[in-house]
Amino acid sequence: MLIRYITQIGRYFLMLKEIFNKQTKWSVMKNLIFKEIDDLIIGSLGIVAFISFFVGGVVAIQTALNLTNPLIPKYLIGFATRQSVILEFAPTFISVIMAGKMGSFITSSIGTMRVTEQIDALEVMGVNSLNYLVFPKIIALLLYPFLIGIAMFLGVLGGWMAGVYGGFTSSDEFINGAQMDFIPFHIIYAFIKTLIFAMLLATIPSFHGYYMKGGALEVGRASTVSFVWTSVTIILFNYILTQLLLGS
Amino acid sequence: MIEVKNVEKSFGGNKILKGISTVFETGKTNLIIGQSGSGKTVLLKSLLGIHTPESGTISFDGRIYSELNPDEKRELRTEIGMVFQGSALFDSMTVAENVGFPLRMFTKDNNSKIQERVDFVLKRVNLTDAHKKLPSEISGGMQKRVAIARAIVNNPKYLFCDEPNSGLDPNTAILIDNLIKEITEEYNITTVINTHDMNSVMEIGEKILFLKDGLKAWEGSKEEIFRTDNEAVVAFVYSSNLFKKVREAYLKE
Repeated sequence: MLIRYITQIGRYFLMLKEIFNKQTKWSVMKNLIFKEIDDLIIGSLGIVAFISFFVGGVVAIQTALNLTNPLIPKYLIGFATRQSVILEFAPTFISVIMAGKMGSFITSSIGTMRVTEQIDALEVMGVNSLNYLVFPKIIALLLYPFLIGIAMFLGVLGGWMAGVYGGFTSSDEFINGAQMDFIPFHIIYAFIKTLIFAMLLATIPSFHGYYMKGGALEVGRASTVSFVWTSVTIILFNYILTQLLLGS
Repeated sequence: MIEVKNVEKSFGGNKILKGISTVFETGKTNLIIGQSGSGKTVLLKSLLGIHTPESGTISFDGRIYSELNPDEKRELRTEIGMVFQGSALFDSMTVAENVGFPLRMFTKDNNSKIQERVDFVLKRVNLTDAHKKLPSEISGGMQKRVAIARAIVNNPKYLFCDEPNSGLDPNTAILIDNLIKEITEEYNITTVINTHDMNSVMEIGEKILFLKDGLKAWEGSKEEIFRTDNEAVVAFVYSSNLFKKVREAYLKE
């Protein structure tokens, strides 16, 4: 069991090396990159906006409902919403959701290409199939922080709307809280995490799709396994990066 | 010419190819036949470099594949055209984009030159009105013809076909067979076809390699296959009454 995991990890790193070998012609690659930006980034805008706005609202309401002590000021609602959204919800929670959305899309599309011999066809033609299939996804996901930036903004906006229009706090109090003790490094920390999660989101599902064996049923299984491993790795890296960047 | 010498290949301790040696000649349609599990597909995938044999050599006009560096291997692969059993067309691309793919990847031709070549090969495979259709919008026979067009668009020296007739009606199967034979002669390509279809053997089998349990059991031409008394070949090729009668009629003549 352990040997199998170690072998898989080794294989994953060999895949990473191969992705950057024998580059596909730029004239072909640029179209692939635009297509991946459309599929992975633009195609996720709607769901990210929807979830961020409403979860931001829920964070604000939950905070307000738990502030039962009259000595605790109301501006804490804005402060807690900002901190939760920027530090954890937008970079980590959205990435776990994207492991399901983008990850299963990547695994199933590459897995289907494996099952229908399209990857063999690329290889037989002399194309570096890993570079052709995975490299554009990595480049497209360099725009992932843009998606997370939108999630941050909409999360705080959702919190403000829920707080103000739900009657839990005033607009001024919420904005004061949202601006209080702001540490710019928290934004840098969030985007560093986001970029690393983007690499995991591009490569782990690709790995599971590329090396899958079998038929349609196995494509479904590979998508599930890919979601589990991408999520686990994101959570693990979240802990390590938080300790490294904010700890001590 | 493709020369195969003592090729052996195993999977999980199970030896699939047990020292195959043969020569696939240029300008001829070379057929690999045999029962399921006889090693046909493994041999074909070894020829294509998808599987690496444990021992033996495969040489393409004197170039031993296992001795080439990665760049030389990729270069050689651009000289290969392949028609997969399920066609393996890229389903996000139109017919014209599929056919033009090898040109966009490996040549410096501009769009109009690529379009001209795509039109030419699609016309050659008798597909003139499917350029903008997706693979899912055309029939199985048309998909095979698109796959052949894609395989020959970059003027390959070697053409491999894995079960090109599977899933096709008899008329379309004959059309595909004849198309492959014509293209082989026209462009002087070394063509290797992996098939179960005895019609193909009788129609286009200029050189036939019969595999049994991973061994070369017999080889010869379609004329020789009628006269052979090799028990394994006779049991496999003439298993149906129709082909038994065809053989009897041929021998009487």
